[in-house]
Amino acid sequence: MNLPVIIKFVIDLIAVLLLALGIKGLSKVKSARDANRLAAFAMSLSVLGLLSYYLGTSGIAIQSWIWIIIGSIIGSLFGAILAKKVPMTSMPETVALFNGCGGMSSLLVALGVAIFPISSSIENFDFFKSIINEVSISVSIFVGAITFTGSIVAMAKLQGWLSTPGWTQSKGRHFVNIVFAVASLIAFFDLINGSTSSIWLLVIVSSLLGIGVTLPIGGADMPVVISLLNSYSGIAAAAAGFVVDSQLLIVAGAMVGAAGLILTQVMCKGMNRSLVSVLFGGSLSSQSTTSSGSGEYTNITSCSVEECALTLEAANKVIIVPGYGLAVAQAQHTLREVTKKLEQNGIEVVYAIHPVAGRMPGHMNVLLAEADVPYEQLKEMDVVNPDFPATDVVLVLGANDVVNPQAKNDSSSPLYGMPVLDVQEARTVFVIKRGMSAGYSGIKNDLFDLPNTSMVFGDAKKVLNDLIGELKDLGVGEK
Amino acid sequence: MSFISLLWVLLLGSLLGLELIGKVPPTLHTPLMSGANAISGITMLAALTLIVKAEGNVPLLIIGSVSLGFALFNVVGGFFVTDRMLAMFSRKPSNKK
Repeated sequence: MNLPVIIKFVIDLIAVLLLALGIKGLSKVKSARDANRLAAFAMSLSVLGLLSYYLGTSGIAIQSWIWIIIGSIIGSLFGAILAKKVPMTSMPETVALFNGCGGMSSLLVALGVAIFPISSSIENFDFFKSIINEVSISVSIFVGAITFTGSIVAMAKLQGWLSTPGWTQSKGRHFVNIVFAVASLIAFFDLINGSTSSIWLLVIVSSLLGIGVTLPIGGADMPVVISLLNSYSGIAAAAAGFVVDSQLLIVAGAMVGAAGLILTQVMCKGMNRSLVSVLFGGSLSSQSTTSSGSGEYTNITSCSVEECALTLEAANKVIIVPGYGLAVAQAQHTLREVTKKLEQNGIEVVYAIHPVAGRMPGHMNVLLAEADVPYEQLKEMDVVNPDFPATDVVLVLGANDVVNPQAKNDSSSPLYGMPVLDVQEARTVFVIKRGMSAGYSGIKNDLFDLPNTSMVFGDAKKVLNDLIGELKDLGVGEK
Repeated sequence: MSFISLLWVLLLGSLLGLELIGKVPPTLHTPLMSGANAISGITMLAALTLIVKAEGNVPLLIIGSVSLGFALFNVVGGFFVTDRMLAMFSRKPSNKK
């Protein structure tokens, strides 16, 4: 072993260690920000390690430097600009876009190696090694392409650029996807047999497979899909690691792949959906409209903003249940104004955060943090549930399925078993909502029928603005 | 590196990943997903390798460069956006009141 090899080995080892510490640190609120920087540092370190290794051994041609610099500047610049500009509400789509590009990168590397075999794979050529090479190239292309097209479809659907076409809900889509899958398998074996042209077939059918699998999935399940695709992009990176013979890539890719799977599992649990039903069940709302939960509301109480303000003023303890509707209405800042007034009047205010509030675990926390809500006021479901009986007023804002008591009481309900917030235990519940439409599951919410629930109809932002006015008239928070 | 030892690396890396994320508060799921996503842009190393080993083959250089661009878009964007999210958490306790 000569010096550059040893140096690269040591740097790689340190980088892996720091990346692992980074992921670990990201799982605690206190250390998360530093951990993220640590991971970023580890990534830059790994680049330096690789460059120094080539400088010390084969050298890097001027021409290579030029292309390295062009690629790095353009990629980093766009990444940084997008990351700074994008609004916090579009976080899931942004992650999807970044993720897709990671998949694309793995795909291109494998494609490049496949079309123009690089020197390292030619020297000490042997049959076994070439098989491994072909397999890893195929896996990298297959997973990379699925990650890319899947992520782009996911992003487009979340942005509302793409709706769920009707035909994708029919059984026929399984047939189409199976055809794509079989075709990619054929291309895969063809490729291993040495037919280079079938690589394009593989690229095309795996791209189509990514689209075909993602397109039928409903918007509410999309974060699970993004998390799964995130895991795939790790697998694609690991496969690319086999292609270029890099242990660092394999370790980092495998870590992300495994971590992504765990995260996907956690999200599925939070929504009471199994991964299989997310992937193959189609859009939830289309299948459950006919199932048990539907029915007419019999006992809806609607009330004015004024009544709501009066009740709030008399309360000692208020719990806010924010949902994605709040984020869509961009009303988190207005909400913060309301709670500030209540706090100034000595009323205790707490936010109850369901694990999947805002469509993505932790997304709601980010949105509320952006609106300056103190971190300590955000309570997780398990912590806050015992508090509801001692609560005077609960404000449900743009949340629906996560406060549906059916999940506890009605074993025939599709929601049954999903962890929910027990808001009905509180003395008074106000549900601020545009109309009586169902939530993402398409299921009737029994909460709305309860005698202690009042509906305040209207756009979340407008209602909250009116509420501020009413509270002002009552002299709340004027001291 | 022999293929078998690379497989060991893959196995241990996966186990490490499973172990690392054991207990994460839901609060941090989105930042964690975004941070892990940035790390998956480590394919930039593969893209770099491709460019260095291209030896003047221009189409390969271009493919490598585009690939590097995509990977860095993922890495730089991912880390920045994660930092933006996390900044909101860490800032809060200090400026309360």
